[in-house]
Amino acid sequence: MQRPSELDADAARYRKVIPAGEYWIDVVKMGERFRIVDVEGNQAADTLLFSAADPGDRYSIVDTMREQRNVYLGVGSKLLSTAGNTLAEIVADTVGRHDTLGGACAAESNSVRYALDKRTMHACRDSFLLAVAKHDHFNLSKRDLTHNINFFMNVPVTAEGGLEFADGLSGPGKYVELRAAMDIIVLISNCPQLNNPCNAYNPTPLEILIWDSDVP
Amino acid sequence: MSNEAVFHEALIEGGKHWSLTLRSGTVLRLVDVNGGANVGMLFYNPYNLLERYNAPDTLKCQHTFKLTKGHCLYSDMGRIFCSVIDDSVGWHDTVCGNSNKALVTRRWGQKTYQRWRNDWTQNGHDSFLVEGGKYGLGRRDLAANVNWFSKVTVADTGDMTFDASNSRAGDFVDLRFEMDTLVLLHTCPHPLNPAPDYPRAPIRIQLRKSAPVQDDDYCRNSRPENIRGFENTELYRQCACPALGD
Repeated sequence: MQRPSELDADAARYRKVIPAGEYWIDVVKMGERFRIVDVEGNQAADTLLFSAADPGDRYSIVDTMREQRNVYLGVGSKLLSTAGNTLAEIVADTVGRHDTLGGACAAESNSVRYALDKRTMHACRDSFLLAVAKHDHFNLSKRDLTHNINFFMNVPVTAEGGLEFADGLSGPGKYVELRAAMDIIVLISNCPQLNNPCNAYNPTPLEILIWDSDVP
Repeated sequence: MSNEAVFHEALIEGGKHWSLTLRSGTVLRLVDVNGGANVGMLFYNPYNLLERYNAPDTLKCQHTFKLTKGHCLYSDMGRIFCSVIDDSVGWHDTVCGNSNKALVTRRWGQKTYQRWRNDWTQNGHDSFLVEGGKYGLGRRDLAANVNWFSKVTVADTGDMTFDASNSRAGDFVDLRFEMDTLVLLHTCPHPLNPAPDYPRAPIRIQLRKSAPVQDDDYCRNSRPENIRGFENTELYRQCACPALGD
Protein backbone atom coordinates (compact mmCIF):
# COMPACT_ATOMS: atom_id res chain seq x y z
CA MET A 1 0.00 0.00 0.00
CA GLN A 2 1.27 3.46 -0.86
CA ARG A 3 0.39 6.52 1.21
CA PRO A 4 2.07 9.87 0.43
CA SER A 5 2.99 12.17 3.31
CA GLU A 6 1.09 15.39 3.94
CA LEU A 7 4.28 17.06 5.21
CA ASP A 8 5.99 19.84 3.26
CA ALA A 9 9.70 19.26 2.64
CA ASP A 10 10.34 23.00 2.99
CA ALA A 11 9.05 22.85 6.58
CA ALA A 12 11.54 20.16 7.65
CA ARG A 13 13.81 21.21 10.52
CA TYR A 14 16.70 19.10 9.15
CA ARG A 15 17.84 17.89 5.73
CA LYS A 16 20.95 15.90 4.95
CA VAL A 17 22.17 13.90 1.96
CA ILE A 18 23.97 10.64 2.82
CA PRO A 19 26.27 9.54 -0.01
CA ALA A 20 26.51 5.81 -0.72
CA GLY A 21 28.93 4.02 1.58
CA GLU A 22 28.46 6.50 4.43
CA TYR A 23 26.43 6.37 7.63
CA TRP A 24 24.10 8.61 9.60
CA ILE A 25 23.49 8.36 13.35
CA ASP A 26 21.47 10.69 15.55
CA VAL A 27 18.63 10.89 18.04
CA VAL A 28 15.11 11.40 16.74
CA LYS A 29 12.72 12.63 19.43
CA MET A 30 9.31 11.19 20.29
CA GLY A 31 6.71 12.55 17.87
CA GLU A 32 9.22 13.67 15.27
CA ARG A 33 8.74 12.41 11.74
CA PHE A 34 11.73 11.38 9.68
CA ARG A 35 11.76 10.60 6.00
CA ILE A 36 14.32 8.61 4.05
CA VAL A 37 14.35 9.48 0.34
CA ASP A 38 15.69 7.09 -2.30
CA VAL A 39 17.08 9.97 -4.35
CA GLU A 40 18.02 8.14 -7.55
CA GLY A 41 16.12 4.89 -7.00
CA ASN A 42 16.75 1.25 -5.95
CA GLN A 43 19.19 2.13 -3.20
CA ALA A 44 19.12 0.26 0.15
CA ALA A 45 18.91 2.10 3.49
CA ASP A 46 20.12 -0.38 6.12
CA THR A 47 18.54 0.92 9.32
CA LEU A 48 18.83 0.11 13.03
CA LEU A 49 16.79 1.69 15.84
CA PHE A 50 17.53 1.82 19.58
CA SER A 51 15.65 3.26 22.53
CA ALA A 52 17.65 6.40 23.37
CA ALA A 53 16.90 5.98 27.09
CA ASP A 54 17.77 2.26 27.09
CA PRO A 55 19.83 1.29 24.02
CA GLY A 56 19.79 -2.38 25.07
CA ASP A 57 16.14 -2.28 23.99
CA ARG A 58 16.44 -2.18 20.22
CA TYR A 59 14.74 -2.95 16.94
CA SER A 60 13.88 -6.64 16.57
CA ILE A 61 13.06 -8.14 13.19
CA VAL A 62 11.56 -11.28 14.70
CA ASP A 63 9.22 -9.49 17.10
CA THR A 64 8.21 -6.95 14.45
CA MET A 65 7.37 -9.56 11.79
CA ARG A 66 5.72 -12.00 14.18
CA GLU A 67 3.45 -9.49 15.91
CA GLN A 68 2.19 -8.08 12.58
CA ARG A 69 2.02 -11.65 11.15
CA ASN A 70 3.68 -10.40 7.98
CA VAL A 71 7.27 -10.47 6.75
CA TYR A 72 7.15 -7.17 4.82
CA LEU A 73 7.19 -3.66 6.26
CA GLY A 74 4.84 -0.93 5.01
CA VAL A 75 2.43 1.78 6.12
CA GLY A 76 1.09 0.89 9.57
CA SER A 77 4.02 -1.36 10.49
CA LYS A 78 5.01 -0.84 14.09
CA LEU A 79 8.76 -1.30 14.47
CA LEU A 80 9.03 -3.23 17.73
CA SER A 81 11.90 -3.67 20.15
CA THR A 82 13.11 -6.89 21.76
CA ALA A 83 11.03 -5.97 24.83
CA GLY A 84 7.92 -5.45 22.69
CA ASN A 85 7.93 -1.64 22.78
CA THR A 86 7.03 0.38 19.67
CA LEU A 87 10.10 2.36 18.64
CA ALA A 88 8.56 3.94 15.54
CA GLU A 89 5.72 3.46 13.07
CA ILE A 90 5.75 3.76 9.30
CA VAL A 91 3.26 6.57 8.59
CA ALA A 92 3.90 7.28 4.90
CA ASP A 93 5.42 5.30 2.05
CA THR A 94 5.50 5.74 -1.71
CA VAL A 95 7.20 2.37 -2.35
CA GLY A 96 4.78 -0.30 -1.10
CA ARG A 97 6.88 -2.67 0.92
CA HIS A 98 10.33 -3.00 2.44
CA ASP A 99 12.54 -5.90 3.51
CA THR A 100 13.62 -6.78 7.03
CA LEU A 101 14.77 -10.38 6.45
CA GLY A 102 17.96 -9.85 4.46
CA GLY A 103 20.12 -8.15 7.07
CA ALA A 104 23.09 -5.96 6.27
CA CYS A 105 25.97 -6.76 3.96
CA ALA A 106 29.26 -7.43 5.73
CA ALA A 107 32.76 -8.00 4.43
CA GLU A 108 32.57 -11.53 5.82
CA SER A 109 29.19 -12.44 4.32
CA ASN A 110 30.30 -10.92 1.00
CA SER A 111 33.18 -13.40 0.99
CA VAL A 112 30.63 -16.22 1.24
CA ARG A 113 28.01 -14.81 -1.11
CA TYR A 114 30.24 -13.63 -3.95
CA ALA A 115 33.94 -14.64 -3.72
CA LEU A 116 36.60 -14.94 -1.02
CA ASP A 117 38.52 -11.98 -2.48
CA LYS A 118 35.51 -9.69 -1.87
CA ARG A 119 36.36 -9.72 1.84
CA THR A 120 38.09 -6.36 1.65
CA MET A 121 35.24 -4.52 -0.08
CA HIS A 122 33.33 -1.87 1.83
CA ALA A 123 30.09 -3.08 3.45
CA CYS A 124 27.23 -1.84 5.62
CA ARG A 125 28.48 -3.63 8.74
CA ASP A 126 31.77 -1.72 8.47
CA SER A 127 29.83 1.55 8.32
CA PHE A 128 27.81 0.50 11.39
CA LEU A 129 31.03 -0.35 13.27
CA LEU A 130 32.63 2.96 12.36
CA ALA A 131 29.50 4.87 13.36
CA VAL A 132 29.30 3.34 16.84
CA ALA A 133 33.08 3.72 17.36
CA LYS A 134 33.13 7.39 16.41
CA HIS A 135 29.97 8.16 18.39
CA ASP A 136 30.81 6.18 21.50
CA HIS A 137 28.74 8.46 23.71
CA PHE A 138 25.82 6.26 22.62
CA ASN A 139 27.60 3.30 24.31
CA LEU A 140 26.90 1.04 21.35
CA SER A 141 29.27 -1.66 20.09
CA LYS A 142 29.25 -4.78 17.90
CA ARG A 143 27.02 -6.45 20.49
CA ASP A 144 24.29 -3.98 19.58
CA LEU A 145 24.56 -4.41 15.81
CA THR A 146 21.66 -6.71 15.25
CA HIS A 147 19.40 -7.53 12.28
CA ASN A 148 18.23 -4.41 10.47
CA ILE A 149 15.60 -3.00 8.15
CA ASN A 150 16.43 -2.69 4.46
CA PHE A 151 14.28 0.20 3.33
CA PHE A 152 13.68 0.15 -0.46
CA MET A 153 14.80 -3.49 -0.81
CA ASN A 154 12.47 -6.14 -2.21
CA VAL A 155 13.14 -9.68 -0.94
CA PRO A 156 10.10 -11.87 -1.65
CA VAL A 157 9.55 -15.16 0.21
CA THR A 158 8.04 -17.96 -1.89
CA ALA A 159 5.35 -20.42 -0.73
CA GLU A 160 7.95 -23.21 -0.97
CA GLY A 161 10.28 -21.45 1.45
CA GLY A 162 12.65 -19.80 -1.03
CA LEU A 163 14.08 -16.31 -0.76
CA GLU A 164 14.51 -14.12 -3.84
CA PHE A 165 16.32 -10.86 -4.35
CA ALA A 166 13.98 -9.18 -6.79
CA ASP A 167 14.19 -5.89 -8.60
CA GLY A 168 13.26 -3.10 -6.27
CA LEU A 169 9.79 -1.59 -6.14
CA SER A 170 11.42 1.72 -5.42
CA GLY A 171 12.40 4.45 -7.85
CA PRO A 172 13.88 7.95 -8.00
CA GLY A 173 12.41 10.23 -5.32
CA LYS A 174 10.38 7.52 -3.58
CA TYR A 175 10.45 7.66 0.19
CA VAL A 176 9.40 6.10 3.46
CA GLU A 177 8.45 8.17 6.51
CA LEU A 178 8.44 7.15 10.17
CA ARG A 179 7.09 8.70 13.33
CA ALA A 180 9.22 8.09 16.41
CA ALA A 181 7.08 6.62 19.22
CA MET A 182 9.80 7.40 21.78
CA ASP A 183 13.21 9.07 21.69
CA ILE A 184 15.25 6.75 19.47
CA ILE A 185 18.78 6.48 18.14
CA VAL A 186 18.61 5.97 14.37
CA LEU A 187 21.60 4.39 12.64
CA ILE A 188 21.54 4.21 8.84
CA SER A 189 24.12 2.78 6.47
CA ASN A 190 23.68 3.86 2.88
CA CYS A 191 24.56 0.51 1.37
CA PRO A 192 27.84 0.40 -0.62
CA GLN A 193 27.13 -3.03 -2.16
CA LEU A 194 28.77 -3.42 -5.61
CA ASN A 195 28.07 -7.14 -6.11
CA ASN A 196 24.29 -7.22 -6.22
CA PRO A 197 22.17 -6.38 -9.28
CA CYS A 198 19.36 -5.02 -7.07
CA ASN A 199 20.91 -1.53 -7.30
CA ALA A 200 22.24 -2.04 -10.84
CA TYR A 201 25.75 -2.20 -9.26
CA ASN A 202 25.46 1.53 -8.73
CA PRO A 203 24.98 2.73 -5.13
CA THR A 204 23.44 6.21 -4.99
CA PRO A 205 22.64 8.88 -2.34
CA LEU A 206 19.85 8.90 0.24
CA GLU A 207 18.38 12.01 1.84
CA ILE A 208 17.11 12.35 5.43
CA LEU A 209 14.45 14.89 6.41
CA ILE A 210 13.17 15.47 9.97
CA TRP A 211 10.11 17.47 11.02
CA ASP A 212 9.44 18.83 14.49
CA SER A 213 7.57 16.71 17.03
CA ASP A 214 3.78 16.61 17.08
CA VAL A 215 3.96 16.05 20.86
CA PRO A 216 3.34 19.32 22.77
CA MET B 1 25.16 -40.03 7.86
CA SER B 2 27.62 -40.92 10.58
CA ASN B 3 27.42 -44.37 12.12
CA GLU B 4 29.52 -43.44 15.12
CA ALA B 5 28.19 -44.49 18.52
CA VAL B 6 26.07 -42.14 20.60
CA PHE B 7 28.23 -41.04 23.56
CA HIS B 8 25.60 -38.99 25.36
CA GLU B 9 21.82 -39.03 25.41
CA ALA B 10 19.38 -36.83 27.31
CA LEU B 11 15.64 -36.24 27.47
CA ILE B 12 14.60 -32.59 27.77
CA GLU B 13 11.00 -32.01 28.79
CA GLY B 14 8.91 -29.32 27.13
CA GLY B 15 9.17 -25.78 28.49
CA LYS B 16 12.79 -26.16 29.71
CA HIS B 17 16.22 -24.81 28.78
CA TRP B 18 19.81 -26.04 28.57
CA SER B 19 23.18 -25.11 27.08
CA LEU B 20 26.34 -26.94 26.10
CA THR B 21 29.60 -26.29 24.29
CA LEU B 22 30.29 -28.68 21.42
CA ARG B 23 33.62 -29.27 19.71
CA SER B 24 33.84 -29.26 15.94
CA GLY B 25 33.25 -32.75 14.62
CA THR B 26 30.33 -33.43 16.97
CA VAL B 27 26.88 -34.35 15.68
CA LEU B 28 23.89 -33.18 17.72
CA ARG B 29 20.66 -35.07 16.95
CA LEU B 30 17.38 -33.58 18.11
CA VAL B 31 14.45 -36.01 18.22
CA ASP B 32 10.83 -34.87 18.49
CA VAL B 33 9.57 -37.51 20.93
CA ASN B 34 5.79 -37.04 20.69
CA GLY B 35 5.41 -34.69 17.70
CA GLY B 36 4.79 -30.96 17.70
CA ALA B 37 8.08 -30.06 19.41
CA ASN B 38 9.82 -26.70 19.20
CA VAL B 39 13.49 -26.18 20.02
CA GLY B 40 14.69 -22.58 20.19
CA MET B 41 18.43 -22.41 19.56
CA LEU B 42 21.22 -19.82 19.43
CA PHE B 43 24.91 -20.31 18.61
CA TYR B 44 28.05 -18.42 19.75
CA ASN B 45 31.79 -18.78 19.30
CA PRO B 46 32.90 -19.76 22.84
CA TYR B 47 36.28 -18.00 22.34
CA ASN B 48 34.73 -14.76 21.07
CA LEU B 49 31.14 -14.43 22.24
CA LEU B 50 30.61 -11.44 19.94
CA GLU B 51 30.55 -13.89 17.03
CA ARG B 52 27.03 -15.25 16.93
CA TYR B 53 24.47 -16.95 14.74
CA ASN B 54 23.19 -14.66 12.01
CA ALA B 55 19.84 -15.74 10.58
CA PRO B 56 19.68 -13.11 7.79
CA ASP B 57 23.16 -14.08 6.55
CA THR B 58 22.20 -17.77 6.76
CA LEU B 59 19.06 -17.19 4.70
CA LYS B 60 20.47 -14.83 2.08
CA CYS B 61 23.70 -16.83 1.59
CA GLN B 62 21.56 -19.85 0.64
CA HIS B 63 18.54 -18.07 -0.89
CA THR B 64 16.21 -19.81 1.51
CA PHE B 65 13.52 -18.89 4.03
CA LYS B 66 13.39 -22.32 5.68
CA LEU B 67 16.15 -24.53 7.07
CA THR B 68 16.53 -28.20 6.13
CA LYS B 69 19.09 -30.82 5.04
CA GLY B 70 22.01 -29.30 3.15
CA HIS B 71 21.82 -25.90 4.81
CA CYS B 72 24.65 -24.38 6.83
CA LEU B 73 24.10 -22.09 9.82
CA TYR B 74 26.35 -19.06 9.51
CA SER B 75 27.88 -16.72 12.06
CA ASP B 76 28.10 -12.99 11.39
CA MET B 77 31.79 -13.59 10.51
CA GLY B 78 31.10 -15.67 7.40
CA ARG B 79 31.82 -18.95 9.17
CA ILE B 80 29.68 -22.06 9.67
CA PHE B 81 28.71 -23.11 13.18
CA CYS B 82 26.96 -26.26 11.98
CA SER B 83 25.55 -28.02 8.93
CA VAL B 84 22.19 -29.77 8.73
CA ILE B 85 23.41 -33.19 7.57
CA ASP B 86 20.11 -35.01 7.97
CA ASP B 87 16.50 -34.00 8.54
CA SER B 88 13.27 -36.01 8.50
CA VAL B 89 11.10 -32.88 8.82
CA GLY B 90 11.92 -30.67 5.81
CA TRP B 91 11.19 -27.21 7.23
CA HIS B 92 12.50 -25.39 10.30
CA ASP B 93 11.79 -21.74 11.15
CA THR B 94 14.36 -19.08 11.95
CA VAL B 95 12.41 -15.82 11.61
CA CYS B 96 9.73 -15.88 14.32
CA GLY B 97 11.87 -15.42 17.41
CA ASN B 98 10.69 -16.43 20.85
CA SER B 99 7.77 -16.56 23.14
CA ASN B 100 8.16 -14.07 25.97
CA LYS B 101 6.42 -13.65 29.31
CA ALA B 102 3.76 -11.27 27.96
CA LEU B 103 2.94 -13.52 25.00
CA VAL B 104 2.70 -16.66 27.14
CA THR B 105 0.49 -14.89 29.69
CA ARG B 106 -1.78 -13.51 26.95
CA ARG B 107 -2.20 -16.81 25.13
CA TRP B 108 -2.05 -19.48 27.78
CA GLY B 109 -2.14 -17.71 31.12
CA GLN B 110 0.76 -17.55 33.49
CA LYS B 111 1.47 -20.50 35.75
CA THR B 112 3.73 -19.26 38.52
CA TYR B 113 6.58 -21.27 39.94
CA GLN B 114 5.11 -20.75 43.45
CA ARG B 115 2.03 -22.77 42.59
CA TRP B 116 3.12 -25.03 39.73
CA ARG B 117 6.78 -25.64 40.50
CA ASN B 118 8.57 -26.95 37.41
CA ASP B 119 5.29 -27.20 35.49
CA TRP B 120 5.27 -23.40 35.30
CA THR B 121 4.90 -21.71 31.90
CA GLN B 122 8.50 -20.81 31.05
CA ASN B 123 9.08 -18.71 27.93
CA GLY B 124 11.79 -18.76 25.27
CA HIS B 125 13.13 -15.24 25.79
CA ASP B 126 13.71 -15.69 29.52
CA SER B 127 15.21 -19.13 28.85
CA PHE B 128 17.87 -17.62 26.59
CA LEU B 129 18.62 -14.89 29.15
CA VAL B 130 19.18 -17.54 31.83
CA GLU B 131 21.34 -19.83 29.69
CA GLY B 132 23.27 -16.95 28.09
CA GLY B 133 23.89 -15.41 31.50
CA LYS B 134 25.90 -18.49 32.46
CA TYR B 135 28.51 -17.39 29.90
CA GLY B 136 28.35 -13.64 30.48
CA LEU B 137 25.81 -13.02 27.70
CA GLY B 138 22.92 -10.60 28.15
CA ARG B 139 19.98 -9.23 26.20
CA ARG B 140 22.29 -7.25 23.90
CA ASP B 141 23.81 -10.54 22.73
CA LEU B 142 20.56 -12.15 21.64
CA ALA B 143 19.78 -12.56 17.95
CA ALA B 144 17.15 -14.19 15.74
CA ASN B 145 17.08 -17.85 16.81
CA VAL B 146 16.25 -21.12 15.10
CA ASN B 147 12.97 -22.84 15.97
CA TRP B 148 13.70 -26.47 15.12
CA PHE B 149 10.62 -28.58 14.13
CA SER B 150 8.44 -25.50 13.56
CA LYS B 151 7.12 -24.32 10.18
CA VAL B 152 5.73 -20.92 9.26
CA THR B 153 4.75 -20.33 5.64
CA VAL B 154 4.41 -17.00 3.86
CA ALA B 155 1.70 -16.00 1.37
CA ASP B 156 2.26 -13.64 -1.59
CA THR B 157 0.98 -10.83 0.61
CA GLY B 158 3.67 -11.61 3.20
CA ASP B 159 1.16 -13.00 5.70
CA MET B 160 2.61 -15.71 7.95
CA THR B 161 0.85 -18.98 8.88
CA PHE B 162 1.92 -21.52 11.50
CA ASP B 163 1.72 -25.17 10.36
CA ALA B 164 0.77 -27.30 13.38
CA SER B 165 1.25 -30.59 11.49
CA ASN B 166 4.92 -30.05 10.57
CA SER B 167 6.73 -32.42 12.91
CA ARG B 168 5.62 -35.89 14.05
CA ALA B 169 6.67 -38.32 16.73
CA GLY B 170 10.14 -39.65 15.94
CA ASP B 171 11.12 -36.86 13.56
CA PHE B 172 14.72 -35.74 13.92
CA VAL B 173 17.34 -33.29 12.67
CA ASP B 174 21.14 -33.83 12.73
CA LEU B 175 23.51 -30.87 13.19
CA ARG B 176 27.20 -31.44 12.49
CA PHE B 177 29.36 -28.80 14.16
CA GLU B 178 32.04 -27.34 11.90
CA MET B 179 33.67 -25.22 14.64
CA ASP B 180 33.63 -25.23 18.43
CA THR B 181 30.26 -23.75 19.37
CA LEU B 182 28.34 -22.65 22.43
CA VAL B 183 24.72 -23.79 21.99
CA LEU B 184 21.83 -22.27 23.96
CA LEU B 185 18.54 -24.11 23.64
CA HIS B 186 15.03 -24.19 25.03
CA THR B 187 11.95 -26.34 24.48
CA CYS B 188 9.38 -23.60 25.04
CA PRO B 189 6.48 -23.34 22.55
CA HIS B 190 6.86 -21.62 19.21
CA PRO B 191 5.50 -18.06 19.58
CA LEU B 192 2.87 -18.61 16.85
CA ASN B 193 1.65 -21.97 18.16
CA PRO B 194 -2.16 -21.53 18.51
CA ALA B 195 -2.68 -24.58 20.78
CA PRO B 196 -5.35 -23.93 23.44
CA ASP B 197 -3.10 -25.18 26.24
CA TYR B 198 0.61 -24.38 26.77
CA PRO B 199 2.33 -27.08 24.69
CA ARG B 200 4.92 -29.22 26.49
CA ALA B 201 6.63 -31.33 23.86
CA PRO B 202 9.74 -33.24 25.04
CA ILE B 203 12.81 -33.80 22.89
CA ARG B 204 15.63 -36.30 23.00
CA ILE B 205 19.21 -35.16 22.45
CA GLN B 206 21.92 -37.49 21.17
CA LEU B 207 25.60 -36.67 20.73
CA ARG B 208 28.09 -38.59 18.60
CA LYS B 209 31.35 -37.98 16.73
CA SER B 210 31.07 -37.25 13.04
CA ALA B 211 33.10 -38.74 10.24
CA PRO B 212 35.58 -36.24 8.72
CA VAL B 213 34.04 -33.86 6.18
CA GLN B 214 34.98 -34.98 2.66
CA ASP B 215 35.37 -32.75 -0.38
CA ASP B 216 32.17 -34.23 -1.84
CA ASP B 217 30.21 -33.53 1.37
CA TYR B 218 26.53 -32.84 0.70
CA CYS B 219 26.26 -29.64 2.80
CA ARG B 220 29.58 -28.27 1.57
CA ASN B 221 28.42 -28.63 -2.05
CA SER B 222 24.71 -27.85 -1.68
CA ARG B 223 25.45 -24.29 -2.84
CA PRO B 224 28.62 -22.58 -4.14
CA GLU B 225 28.37 -20.18 -1.21
CA ASN B 226 28.83 -23.06 1.21
CA ILE B 227 32.14 -24.12 -0.36
CA ARG B 228 33.43 -20.64 0.53
CA GLY B 229 31.79 -20.81 3.97
CA PHE B 230 33.65 -24.07 4.67
CA GLU B 231 36.92 -22.49 3.49
CA ASN B 232 36.44 -19.54 5.89
CA THR B 233 35.68 -21.97 8.73
CA GLU B 234 38.67 -24.21 7.98
CA LEU B 235 41.00 -21.20 7.93
CA TYR B 236 39.74 -20.16 11.37
CA ARG B 237 40.00 -23.69 12.77
CA GLN B 238 43.56 -24.08 11.51
CA CYS B 239 44.87 -20.71 12.59
CA ALA B 240 42.96 -19.39 15.56
CA CYS B 241 40.75 -21.87 17.26
CA PRO B 242 43.20 -24.51 18.62
CA ALA B 243 45.45 -21.92 20.24
CA LEU B 244 42.53 -20.29 21.99
CA GLY B 245 40.63 -23.46 22.72
CA ASP B 246 43.21 -25.70 24.35
